[in-house]
Amino acid sequence: MTTSSLVEAADRSTVAPAPTPARSRRGAHPGRRWRRALTPVGLLLVWQAAAQTGRLPPEKLSAPSEVARAGWRLARDGTLGVHLLDSLTRAGIGLVIGGALALVLGAAAGLLRLGDDLVDPPVQMARMLPHLGLVPLLIIWVGIGESLKITLVALGAFFPIYFNTYAGIRDIDERLVEAARACGLGQLARLRHVVLPGALPSLFLGLRLALGAAWLSLVVGEQVNAQTGIGFLMMEAREFSQTEVVVLGLLVYALLGLLSDLALRMLERRTLTWRRGLQAR
Amino acid sequence: MATRTTGTLSTATTRPVVTAREVRRSFGGTVVLDDVDLAIDPGEVVALLGGSGSGKSTLLRILAGLDPDASGEISRMGSQAVVFQEHRLLPWKRVADNVSLGVTGGGVRERVAAALAEVGLADRGRSWPAELSGGQAQRVAVARALVREPALLLLDEPFGALDALTRLKMQTLFGRLRAEHNFAALLVTHDVDEALLLADRTLVLDGGRIVENAPVPLTRPRAADDPGFGPVRRHLLGRLGVQSGSDRGSAS
Ligand SMILES: Nc1ncnc2c1ncn2[C@@H]1O[C@H](COP(=O)(O)OP(=O)(O)OP(=O)(O)O)[C@@H](O)[C@H]1O
Ligand SMILES: [Mg+2]
Repeated sequence: MTTSSLVEAADRSTVAPAPTPARSRRGAHPGRRWRRALTPVGLLLVWQAAAQTGRLPPEKLSAPSEVARAGWRLARDGTLGVHLLDSLTRAGIGLVIGGALALVLGAAAGLLRLGDDLVDPPVQMARMLPHLGLVPLLIIWVGIGESLKITLVALGAFFPIYFNTYAGIRDIDERLVEAARACGLGQLARLRHVVLPGALPSLFLGLRLALGAAWLSLVVGEQVNAQTGIGFLMMEAREFSQTEVVVLGLLVYALLGLLSDLALRMLERRTLTWRRGLQAR
Repeated sequence: MATRTTGTLSTATTRPVVTAREVRRSFGGTVVLDDVDLAIDPGEVVALLGGSGSGKSTLLRILAGLDPDASGEISRMGSQAVVFQEHRLLPWKRVADNVSLGVTGGGVRERVAAALAEVGLADRGRSWPAELSGGQAQRVAVARALVREPALLLLDEPFGALDALTRLKMQTLFGRLRAEHNFAALLVTHDVDEALLLADRTLVLDGGRIVENAPVPLTRPRAADDPGFGPVRRHLLGRLGVQSGSDRGSAS
């Protein structure tokens, strides 16, 4: 327990999405928000200018306007939508499989001593393997088709959710559980009213980390013999030297990560309203 | 541990609300409770005094049925409720939902509102526990116990974490609620004055046994500056191992 939570804590600090300082800074000085947009916009302009004056060879890096044009073209003829949907489906299926498995095993290990003894040691050992390094082995096991991509996403999502479920349950204040028992709550009711809500903040953190890992796994997985998906779009574009489409694919991946994180954080804020009072202190 | 819960159907009004016999508890070889016997009558307020680490909380948890590893026989009559030293409210439930936790039967909402009103927090039902002050949170914990209409209220240093002024107000509140609801109570406390102010009887726990079991020889209503307090206080403090010429102090 001690070692695992230590490792886990280290894991969190390295992988956790950086806290967004924007919110507090914005409040401090409204003008700063614009000032902070200055450099990115400037860089974009320099990039565009460099491309237009021919300083930047178009086959190495296309101009932002070219990327935007490619995006518009592919969105209009539906190509982008089809591939995006395929990528999203893979990510979704992988997340659900990996997440559900992690939730069940994490809960078993967190709640039951037997589960802890049986489940936790192998998971602790497996987490040392870099799951993206498993690609060659996975190709031997499940082939190069859809299942490879889904397995990779599921593996990526599994570990953060498992560890945060486990830690979330273990970190629950034993005294609150006792108070609930004194109030006459049975085991099931205690799970529902104390354990689940108590572990929820940790579950959200796990889910956010899992989303990040899922996108990363998807990017890697889609570079192996994909016939569809954003990754396929990029690989195909590389063969035809369509640099602007490669850059577009990268942007789409980045946007997916950003949007999913935003959506999750919104959901978190709505679900964990009780924490607002705590944070205000 | 053998536990017997008798229904409230009994007509004998003098049957104790809780009886403990030969209660023993040790933690890994260290004996904390060694053959404790005690009984509390309906409506009786018993103060349990003892030095830090003498086993007061351990005994209270056993009486509340929260310690499966203790030995001895506990029989209870009627319902119980517990107020802990810390409020132990669930931070993710609003005040009213904390109070109603595990309450069954009809009219829960009305009963919760009434309990909150009794502790002076009628308008805070929608608040989160994190938005309350320490004293308010502890009052919610008292409301959470009250709403169960317990025959016996077990209180583990319920006012210990509060500032002196709030503690005085809480003691007054406790006295009023006791008079209204007529529950029996076991009040664990460090504070001899608090015991003398509120209790009908005091127990002193020392060396794993109850070494003193005496009624409080003072008439009600009581005030801490009653002249009768002095000798009783000195005697109790002596029992608690505090050798002091002064007549004010607490056991810690
Ligand atoms: N879960 C536990 N495991 C090991 N030892 C324990 C445990 N709970 C209590 N003890 C020990 O039992 C003894 C009595 O503890 P208890 O909490 O009952 O004391 P107390 O009289 O309530 O003290 P205080 O007034 O400081 O609250 C202490 O020595 C404590 O170390
Ligand atoms: Mg104690």
